[in-house]
Amino acid sequence: MSLSLETAANPENLRRVAIDPVSRVEGHGKVTILLDDKNRIHQVRLHIVEFRGFEKFIQGRPYWEVPVMVQRLCGICPVSHHLAASKALDAIVGAQHLTSTAEKNRRLMHYGQILQSHALHFFHLCSPDLLFGFDSDISKRNIVGVAEKYPETAKRGILLRKFGQEVIRHTAGKRVHGTGSVPGGVNKSLSIAERDELLRDIYQMVAWSREAVHMVKELHHKNPELYNSFGAFRANYMSMVGYDGSLDLYHGRLRGRDENGNVLFDGVDYNDYTVLIGEEVKNWSYMKFPYLKSLGKEKGWYRVGPLSRIQNCDFISTPLAEIERREFMAYSGVMPMHAPLGYHWARMIEMLHAAEMIKDLLHDDDITGNDLIVTGERGFEGVGVIEAPRGTLIHHYRVDENDLVTMCNLIVSTTHNNQAMNEAVRRVAQQYLHGHEITEGLLNHIEVAIRAFDPCLSCATHALGKMPLEVEVLGVDGTQLSTLSRSGDGSFCA
Amino acid sequence: MTAPVLIFAIGNESRGDDALGPMLLREIDNWLNSGEGAREKGEGFVERFELLEDFQLQIEHAMDMKDRQRVLFIDAGMDTPAPFSFYRAKATGEPVLYSHALAPQALLDVYVQFYKEPPPDAYILCIKGESFELGEPPTPAALNHLALALDFVKQLLDVSS
Repeated sequence: MSLSLETAANPENLRRVAIDPVSRVEGHGKVTILLDDKNRIHQVRLHIVEFRGFEKFIQGRPYWEVPVMVQRLCGICPVSHHLAASKALDAIVGAQHLTSTAEKNRRLMHYGQILQSHALHFFHLCSPDLLFGFDSDISKRNIVGVAEKYPETAKRGILLRKFGQEVIRHTAGKRVHGTGSVPGGVNKSLSIAERDELLRDIYQMVAWSREAVHMVKELHHKNPELYNSFGAFRANYMSMVGYDGSLDLYHGRLRGRDENGNVLFDGVDYNDYTVLIGEEVKNWSYMKFPYLKSLGKEKGWYRVGPLSRIQNCDFISTPLAEIERREFMAYSGVMPMHAPLGYHWARMIEMLHAAEMIKDLLHDDDITGNDLIVTGERGFEGVGVIEAPRGTLIHHYRVDENDLVTMCNLIVSTTHNNQAMNEAVRRVAQQYLHGHEITEGLLNHIEVAIRAFDPCLSCATHALGKMPLEVEVLGVDGTQLSTLSRSGDGSFCA
Repeated sequence: MTAPVLIFAIGNESRGDDALGPMLLREIDNWLNSGEGAREKGEGFVERFELLEDFQLQIEHAMDMKDRQRVLFIDAGMDTPAPFSFYRAKATGEPVLYSHALAPQALLDVYVQFYKEPPPDAYILCIKGESFELGEPPTPAALNHLALALDFVKQLLDVSS
């Protein structure tokens, strides 16, 4: 299953090309490619600078502060951390089952997060590549170019994103540092005025989300050769699914499938994630490589996120998204879709599902109820899992008798996908760069593959200022033969 | 009614000197509402300003700039001269690299694309920071820069009103 480009046999005789950092992904990612003098690829690695201090940052804090504190880990998906931590700490306060109002308000917050995150990724980060081509004129291959040629597309991205943020604001209590979710439930429910405000726009959001699915579906149908093969690699995949087998991004049990779509495990209680998942350390990467223990390190790596979730569930509970899921599955055929560009299609189906779920929740009287919190027998350990926009997010805490956190372990979506992203860039390098002179357009193919996963590296590092792309070509003796660079304004020069 | 001046702080209070923006925003809020300074400026002075903050600038923040006369972005920077720099932000119309977060200039470009009109006058106050590590408190030097920046902002708001 794994490609053979992780480690070159004789790296000392090869040239090194580095893409550092990768643009239009959050945080800091770097790709290194080793080539021989005929531009044949011998080694490709995606390095992600994982920040390894956040567990320590949480230790020693009172547990009730944690759902708010963890939002500061990531400026991109604070709501996902907020909810995963809350779910883990429900066990500490003995809340085995939340009230209907509490769970529905948490779900509403979560679907708001999914909607806004997926909208940003598709409309503003990936649409330039998909609409103009991976090696098209770089001066047009950006959101300014999209706004000029497809103004309605760019506008919808902003309005969908804004709507999702408003859902979060109303459920979390404020735009940032929300406090809406607390151990045992929520501290506020939606007011009738807030509900009515959101109801005014939700039908438009559903319609736009549906059209977004159609847009990306059309891209697949128009160019199946590219979309089905670009960076494609076979992999196991994992996600949480609802107790009834439905797509459930908030709660459920873990299910995994092999590369042929056969179930590897199902109904696994996520409290037992340490039995299921191990984490391998490799000497060339700061980020760990999770794997399924039952399959071992070599064969046990897996993929998470929209492409996994859509193919892992049995059905989607909302009608429009379910129609799209069925079409997606029919397109894939008997075997699962493994192509990274399929992430975009799956992501838009999820965005449609999120919009439909928001609509349904806004019509549910429980959403404005007053029964907010439950407690029970005090616990000392809790695990919370949520399907964040980019994939499975695990929070695990131990708390002492003084209410202080003594242990914290987090596995974020991008870490789950570490090996999968490496495989994608290796395959693209093999498909497009092998034997060719390196150009910006070819290197962008590598970035397109990484962006398909929507990796959020914000937990890893805080990006300040420009995000230049630098490519170095080094000779056998380590001397610099040539450089290419992309400046913060997007220009690319030799 | 939309306040004519938006003050938008960017930063994460758990990442060392990245907290400078939100911290300055709180100081401005205190000053505007303390009665010691801003209240003496006369009726309607405080209402001229709206204060917002977020971890990073995102595309939808362009909508927060609608119907403003002026926008002041407050951020912390590694490479800015000490104690702070203050300059005008302009929409460039040039291609920019988009990440999940935007620079103020890029946000102005988003505004132009979205509303098809010139953005409000926008300025950046970038306070010199030194360390941006998660879990670290602001450095003493950065706190000195913050105090100087607050004095500057008080004068600035007085003039801009």
